[in-house]
Amino acid sequence: MSSDAVRQQGEASSAQVRSLFEVERRERLAPGHRACAGCGPMIAVRQILQASQEDPVVVNATGCVEVVTSVYPETAWLVPWAHVAFENSAAVTSGVEAAMKALVRRGELDKERPVVVFAGDGGTFDIGIQALSGALERGHRMLYVCYDNEAYMNTGIQRSGATPYGAWTTTSPYGKIWPGKRERKKDIMGIVAAHGIPYAATASISHWKDLMTKVRKALSYDGPTFLHVYAPCNRGWRFDPSLTVEVAKRAVETRFFPLYEVEGGRYRITLPVTKPRPLEDFLSIQGRFRHLLLPQYREALETLKRMVDEQWERINRMAAATAGS
Amino acid sequence: MEVQQRVEMKKVFITGDDAVAHAARQSRVDLVAAYPITPQTVIVERIADFAANGEFEGEFVAVESEHSAMSACIGGALTGARVFTATASQGLAFMHEMLYAASGLRLPMVMAVANRALNSPLNIHNDHSDIMGSRDSGWILLFAENAEEAYDRVIQGFRISEAVNLPVAVNLDGFTLTHSAEVVNMLSDEAVGAFVGRPPRRNTLLDKEPKSFGMMALPDTYQFFKEDQQRAIEGSRQAILAVEREYGELSNRKYGPIKAFRAEDADVVMIMLGSYAGTARAAVEATRSEGIRAGVVSLGWYRPFPADELLRAVEGASTLLVMDRSVSYGAIAHPLASDVMAALYRAGIRKRVVNVAYGLGGRWFTEDDARRLFRYASKPGPDFESFFYYGGESE
Ligand SMILES: Cc1ncc(C[n+]2csc(CCOP(=O)(O)OP(=O)(O)O)c2C)c(N)n1
Repeated sequence: MSSDAVRQQGEASSAQVRSLFEVERRERLAPGHRACAGCGPMIAVRQILQASQEDPVVVNATGCVEVVTSVYPETAWLVPWAHVAFENSAAVTSGVEAAMKALVRRGELDKERPVVVFAGDGGTFDIGIQALSGALERGHRMLYVCYDNEAYMNTGIQRSGATPYGAWTTTSPYGKIWPGKRERKKDIMGIVAAHGIPYAATASISHWKDLMTKVRKALSYDGPTFLHVYAPCNRGWRFDPSLTVEVAKRAVETRFFPLYEVEGGRYRITLPVTKPRPLEDFLSIQGRFRHLLLPQYREALETLKRMVDEQWERINRMAAATAGS
Repeated sequence: MEVQQRVEMKKVFITGDDAVAHAARQSRVDLVAAYPITPQTVIVERIADFAANGEFEGEFVAVESEHSAMSACIGGALTGARVFTATASQGLAFMHEMLYAASGLRLPMVMAVANRALNSPLNIHNDHSDIMGSRDSGWILLFAENAEEAYDRVIQGFRISEAVNLPVAVNLDGFTLTHSAEVVNMLSDEAVGAFVGRPPRRNTLLDKEPKSFGMMALPDTYQFFKEDQQRAIEGSRQAILAVEREYGELSNRKYGPIKAFRAEDADVVMIMLGSYAGTARAAVEATRSEGIRAGVVSLGWYRPFPADELLRAVEGASTLLVMDRSVSYGAIAHPLASDVMAALYRAGIRKRVVNVAYGLGGRWFTEDDARRLFRYASKPGPDFESFFYYGGESE
């Protein structure tokens, strides 16, 4: 399919989600799973499943979501679901998708089903990136969702390539020398978009209409699409379970986590934050950054602020450069 | 008695890799996901050729690694499709984690393993170190002695794996079988298509009623799954025999768990896996002319292990010369010998066992080597001994 055709198809079906009445009422994720109270990733999963207009087949990487939903003999999944391992959900999905094509050709399956992958930031940014890149390059039709809680939470809060600079985790503790994590967060959107896939977007559980609209857009494309969803973890980030959505919201409002999409190569900010809140509003309501507000970590705080600004500017530059292209 | 040949066969002069690729094509595979590695590469290339020319009905996915090849096969098998892959050596090692997922999920599939050494040091030649590292991953392990047998066992593999819901690995010695051309009597596409049929219905990811696969099992249930797997692979003996019998009627080619050559009256029996069995058999006559009653037993199946058939075949022998093409570092005996000795112990039999590690990294093994070893083993010695044998020269 030409990139123009892809773009038209995406735009034609980009049905903006405006109210809850447009959303599938039948639950696709059963209540009674074992997630922590206030779990951000589970909110993401439920929103994404409800946004889909069809029952998808779900492939799940090892991680919190998988572990809390599938303790034998119970399952929380009311849609077909498979888990194989931590790093390979994109590869497993490649097989599911290719096999469906063959089965349709044989007349043993009426049509291909949409496949949605749920993988954490560890399963996406780090150990799973090779399989993800391969699947994107080969063009398998799937919606790959990375729910980003910015660390390996299932194994007990270790740093990942998605952990932001300065954040505390058990493998990036702060101390006399370390300011918390010493490296920047990987630009997964840049990496994914560089594959030239039809659609990639960031989203946050705090902005559900934006998120659901992006899910529908992504599912309308005949090719690989990617959703990078911000999904706070109260255990790992150290905040009160009642604040999950608030924390996610502040990440967006401080420009810490910008909402944008890359469609047919064009960058577009879907939630322009013209007057950002001070970054401290986001940092101070959780424990993992609290040390940055102490005088001895001032330099680290400045570095983090610079990174946030640079990221915002970069995305804006990309949006300006690709507008109307 | 001449057995009536029911189907037409075509004599072709092809390599083992080509034979395997044809077997996969004729078995009406839905998905091939594979990654190249010597000496398996040709299999992947051939299937790509078939796909490019419209001769392959399935999807060919050139994945970015072996880990993803096995992962994609698992994904494909979860939909109920028939899947195939091939690998060797480092590729098989890279798949290791996923081998357990495939068998644990009870997914039928066939994989050809073009057996090759593992590094370090780097070596692309044949031995069995790769598959022995995967020995306990819950796969049915079959060994071929020549290209035609590799072809046959791949075709049979689909029926076997779909009958018992376990994956099957067909092992063929790298280069010796993969790269040398032999005459293969190929069945027609129609005959193979009819023999393999379509995969039987089973629980899949595409069922109307949504199902969950690959769940988490806590200590209260995990072991039940493992016991089921053990029962399934034990129970696969009957299925393998039945498929081999049916295939034999079609092709007039009879296989089985073991191939015994002059073992009935042998005093020293050489027990082996893979292509060097032919070399050993060729040495039997000359060895016997020296007054040593030699015999050879080669194994067509390694998992499930054909203990009863093997013991029956070596009943009269006083010495077993067990030939291992891989090393179990620090163990008392190498893999094949460990199994043979366990079988003897279970049956309450004591024989002299000489365990020989040989042919590692493709080191040659000649008829003269076999004779030398028969000669050595026929002399009195300790009940058990184990050593490395470096042959490859003529007397
Ligand atoms: C090959 C492999 N290495 C390590 C692990 C252990 N492990 C399981 S889940 C996990 C972290 C998952 O992190 P992420 O993908 O961010 O998801 P989350 O737990 O945050 O939901 C790790 C390290 C594993 N299962 N497999």
